[in-house]
Amino acid sequence: MNALSWGAAEPHLPILVVVIPLVGALLTTFLRNGFLAWLVATLVAFTLPFITIHLLLTVLETGQPITYKIGNWEAPFGIVYRVDQLSGYVLSVIAIIGAVIMPFARRSVVAEIDERARSWYYTMYLLCLAGLLGIVITGDAFNAFVFLEVSSLATYVLIALGKNRRALLAAYQYLIMGTIGATLYVVGVGLLYVVTGTLNFDDMASRLSAAIVDPGQRNAVVTALGFMVVGLSLKLALFPMHMWLPNAYAYAPSFATAFLAGTATKAAIYLLVRVVFSVFGVGMTLENLPIGEVVIVLSIAAMFLASISAVFETNAKRMLAYSSVAQIGYITLGIAIANQAGLTGSLAHIANHAVMKTALFLALGAVFYRVGSVLYDDISGIGRKMPLTMAAFAIAGLGLMGTPGTAGFISKWYLAVAAIDDGMYSVVFLIVASSLISVVYIGRITEVVWFREPSKAAAQAKEAPLSMLIPLWLLAFATVYLGFDTRATVGTASEAAKVLLEGVR
Amino acid sequence: MTNELNPGLIIILGALLVPLLPGRVLRGAYMLALPVAAFVYLLGLPMGEMGQVELMDLSLVTLRVDKLSFVFGTIFLIATALGVIYALHVGDWVQHTAGLIYAGSAIGAVFAGDFVTLFIFWEITAISSVFLVWASGTTSAMAAGLRYLVIQVGSGVILLAGVLMHYSDTGSIAFGAMGTETLAGKLILIAFGIKCAFPLLHNWLQDAYPQATVTGTVMLSAFTTKLAVYALARGYAGTEILIPIGAVMTAFPIFYAVIENDLRRVLAYSLNNQLGFMVVGIGIGTELALNGTAAHAFCHILYKALLFMAMGAVLYRVGTIKGSELGGLYRSMPWTTVFCIVGAASISAFPLFSGFISKSLIISAAMKEGYYWVWLTLLFASAGVFHHSGIKIPYFAFFAHDSGKRCEEAPMNMLIAMGIAAAFCIGLGVYPDPLYALLPYDVKYDAYTVEHVVTQLQLLMFSALAFTVLMRTGIYPPELKSVNLDTDWFYRVPGSHLSQLANQFRSITWQWVADGTVRLATKVHDALYKHHGPEGWFGRTWPTGTMAFWTTVTLGAVVILSYL
Repeated sequence: MNALSWGAAEPHLPILVVVIPLVGALLTTFLRNGFLAWLVATLVAFTLPFITIHLLLTVLETGQPITYKIGNWEAPFGIVYRVDQLSGYVLSVIAIIGAVIMPFARRSVVAEIDERARSWYYTMYLLCLAGLLGIVITGDAFNAFVFLEVSSLATYVLIALGKNRRALLAAYQYLIMGTIGATLYVVGVGLLYVVTGTLNFDDMASRLSAAIVDPGQRNAVVTALGFMVVGLSLKLALFPMHMWLPNAYAYAPSFATAFLAGTATKAAIYLLVRVVFSVFGVGMTLENLPIGEVVIVLSIAAMFLASISAVFETNAKRMLAYSSVAQIGYITLGIAIANQAGLTGSLAHIANHAVMKTALFLALGAVFYRVGSVLYDDISGIGRKMPLTMAAFAIAGLGLMGTPGTAGFISKWYLAVAAIDDGMYSVVFLIVASSLISVVYIGRITEVVWFREPSKAAAQAKEAPLSMLIPLWLLAFATVYLGFDTRATVGTASEAAKVLLEGVR
Repeated sequence: MTNELNPGLIIILGALLVPLLPGRVLRGAYMLALPVAAFVYLLGLPMGEMGQVELMDLSLVTLRVDKLSFVFGTIFLIATALGVIYALHVGDWVQHTAGLIYAGSAIGAVFAGDFVTLFIFWEITAISSVFLVWASGTTSAMAAGLRYLVIQVGSGVILLAGVLMHYSDTGSIAFGAMGTETLAGKLILIAFGIKCAFPLLHNWLQDAYPQATVTGTVMLSAFTTKLAVYALARGYAGTEILIPIGAVMTAFPIFYAVIENDLRRVLAYSLNNQLGFMVVGIGIGTELALNGTAAHAFCHILYKALLFMAMGAVLYRVGTIKGSELGGLYRSMPWTTVFCIVGAASISAFPLFSGFISKSLIISAAMKEGYYWVWLTLLFASAGVFHHSGIKIPYFAFFAHDSGKRCEEAPMNMLIAMGIAAAFCIGLGVYPDPLYALLPYDVKYDAYTVEHVVTQLQLLMFSALAFTVLMRTGIYPPELKSVNLDTDWFYRVPGSHLSQLANQFRSITWQWVADGTVRLATKVHDALYKHHGPEGWFGRTWPTGTMAFWTTVTLGAVVILSYL
C-alpha cells in the first residue's frame, strides 16, 4: 500500500479523507438515479481505505503524527487535522467497513428504500461517513462537535428512511438523545475553552495541567470532564444511556444497521479516548477522580444486563443491538482500566467488534432481503435454505462469544490480562462469566436458524445473491483471520496504547 | 515455526471439506480416511515438543507427543474411525462435520503442549459437540443442548481464567503438573472437573447424552470426559483429593442407574461410574495407577462406545429406548445382541474381556498403596456395574418379556462398527500385552494371576448371590407369587427393592439439591424474564423522557462524585 504514489496529493491526504466523501455526497444529490448514486458512493467508499491505510502506515513507520493545517492557519487560530497511531487506526477501521459493505448496499437498498429516496440515501450515507471520519481526524474540539452533528443528522435520516414505520419513532428518539449527548459534549468543550482559551486538543492538554492546580479553575475543568464523558457515553451507548440503540438498530434499513453498528459508536469511542487520554491525561482523570470506577461499574452492568436482554429477544436485529451494548461495555471497560493491556484490548476490540457485528448484521440483512423479516418465528430453519449466509453468521457469532481462533478471543484475552495486571481478579470472572451469556444468545439463534423446521416464509427463501455473500464472507473470513494474525489489530492497537499512555507521563 | 501439524488439525481441517463432497460412498470413504491418515501421520512423528506457533506474544507448543498423549491420541483416533463407520448411513452433513470437528479437537487437545492450545481445542470440543445433541431435533434436545453448551463453555472460561492467573503468576503457559495450592491450580482443576463430570458437576452428562442423536451419543461418550481424564492425568497426578472424588463417582451413579428406565441414560450413569475408576487412579498417582487410568480409558472408550452403539441400533430400529417398552429383541437383532453382551461382559470386567485387564490395574494400585476403603468402594462399584450395565442393559433390551416388537437387524455399517469394537474388547481381554506396551510407564503387570481372576469371579458371584438373597426375601409376599418367575425376577423383585433403596437415598441426599436447583433456576429465569424480556423494564422501548432522565442521573452522579 505504501508503494502507492500519491504525487502532489500526498501532503493533502488528511483533508481528502473528509473532502472526498463530502464531494461524493454533493454529487449524489444531483443524480436522480439510485444505481448511479450507488456507483458514486462505492467509488468514494473504496478510495478512502487506501488513503487512511496509507496515512496509518506512514505514521507507524515514522512514529510521528501527521499534522495538516487547514488554509495554512497555525494551530491556535486555525483548525488542524491530525493523524496519529490512534486516529489512523480508527480511520482505517471506519473506512474499511464503509467500503466492504457497499456491494451489499445495492440490492438491499433497492429492496428497502423507496425509489425516489434512493439517491438521497447514498447522499446521507456519504455525509455520515464524512462526519465519522471527520470526528476521528480532526484535532479541534469544536470541529469534532460539528462532525459529530453532521454524522448524527445523517444517521437520523438513514434510520428514518426505512419502510418500517417504527423506524420513525426510533429515529426521533435517537435524534433527541443524540442531541442531548452532543450538547453535553459541547458544554464541556465550552467550559474548557473558557479555562484554556483554545479549542485545539494539544493546546488544551498543555494548558490544562496548569489549570487543574488552580483551585478557582479546577471545578470548571472537573465539570467539563463530566459533561464530555457523559455526553460521549451517550453517543457510544454506554449503559444506562443505551436505550436509543436497540430500536435504532432494529428498525433501520439493513444497510444502515450494518454500517452504523460497525462505525458510529466506534467514532464516539475514539473521541472519548482522545478526550480522556490526550486532553485531560489519564493520570488526572482516572486516578484522582471517580470517573474510572464509574465507567468500570457501568461497563460491567452493560456486559451483563444488556446481554441478558439479548437472551430474551425474539427480533434478531434487536438481539444483536443489545449484544452491541454489551460489547461496547467490554471496550469501555478496557479504557477505564487504562493500562497497556486494557487499552490494547479495547482498541483491538474496536476493529474486531466492527468486523464481527457488521458481518452479523449483513447476514441478517441478507435474510431480510429473502424473507422480509428477522423475527425468530419467521427465520426459523433458514439455515437450511441459506446455508452460506447462516454459516457466515455462525462464524461471526462464534467470534462474538470470544471463541478461541476468532477475533473475539483476542480482545477477551487482553481485557482479562488487563484486569489481572491491575489485580482486579473479580473483574476477570465477570468478563468470562458475561461471555457465557453471549453463548446463550448466540446458541439460541443458532438453534433457531439451523435446527427448527423452516417457517412458511423461510421455506420459500433462496440463498442470498452473490453481491451480499461476498462482503459477508470477507468479514467472516476476517473474523477468523484476525483471531490468528493479530499484527493489524493488536499490533497497531498496542502502538496506539503506548503513545496514549506515554502522553500522560 | 516448525512444520509438524497436530494430528487433530488434520481431522478438523479435513472435516471442513465434508459438506462439499457429493455422494454417500465418496463422503464415507473420505471421512474414514481422515482418522487413518492422522494415525499414519502420528506414527511418523518423533517424540517431543513441536509445532511452535507465536500468538499474541505467547509461544505455543501446538504438538507434544509423549507416551501419555500417544496412548490417548491412539484410542481417540480408533474411536473416531468407529464413530464414522457407525454413522455412515446418516445423510446429514451437519452431523458428520460437527462430529469430526469434535473428535479432531479432542485429539488436538490431547497433543496440546501448552494451556492456550489446550484451551482453544477445549472450547472447540464444546461448541462442535452441541450440534450432535441439537441434531436430534426434539424440543427437549434443544433445551438440553443449550444447557450442555453453556456448561461446557463455562468449563472453558474457567480454564481460561485459571490459565491467565497461572500465566500472570509464573509467566509460563506450559501444560504440565499443576497442583492445587494456587488459585489458578484450583480453577483449572474445577474446569477439568466439570468436563470430567465430578459429583455435583455431573448433571450435564445425563442431561445431554441421552438426548443426542443415535450416532452422536457414540461420539460424545468417547471424547469429552476422557479428554478431561487425560488433562487430569497430565496436570493433577497424585492429587489426593481426587481419590475421594473418584470413589464417590464410582458409587453414587449406581443408585440412579438402577431405577432409570431410559437405557441410554443408564449408560450415561455408568459412564460416570467408570470415570470414577480413572479419577481414583489419577489421585493415587503411582506409575501403576496412572497406567491403570490410561489402560482403563482405552478399554472403556471401546466397550462404552460398543454399548452405546448397541443401544443406538435399538433406538434406530425400534424408535424407543425405554427399558419398559423393549424386550425380546434378540430374535430380531441377534448380532446386536451378541455385541451388546460382549460390551456388557467387558464393562463388568469378566476375565478374558477388556475391562478386566484394565480395571484390575487400578484396583491393584489402590490395594498396593493401602487405600483399603477405596479398594472396598471400587469393589462395591464393580458389583454395581455388573448389575446395571452388565445385566440390565442387555436383559431389558434383548430378553425380558417379549415386547412383541419385531424389527430388522441393525444396518450393516453399524454391525461392522460394533463388530470391530467387540473384537477389540475380546482381543485386549485375551491378549493385553500390546496395550500394556503402549502405557506411559514401564510396569510389569500380569492381569491373569490366579488371585486376580479368583477375586473378580468371586466378586461377580457375590453380586449374583446378593440378588439371590434379595429374591428369597422378595418373592416371599403372596401377592408376588403370581409373578412369572422367568429371568425377570432379577429385576422385578430385587430391582424394586433396590429402587426403593435408591429412591430413599436420592430423597435424602440429592432430591433437595435437585429440586432446590430447579426451583432456584426457574425463579431466576422468571425474574430475569420479568425485567429483561421484551415486556420487561430492560427489554422494552423506553419513553424518550426516561432515557433523558437516566442520562441526567448519570451526569449528576459523575459530577457530584467528582467533587466529593
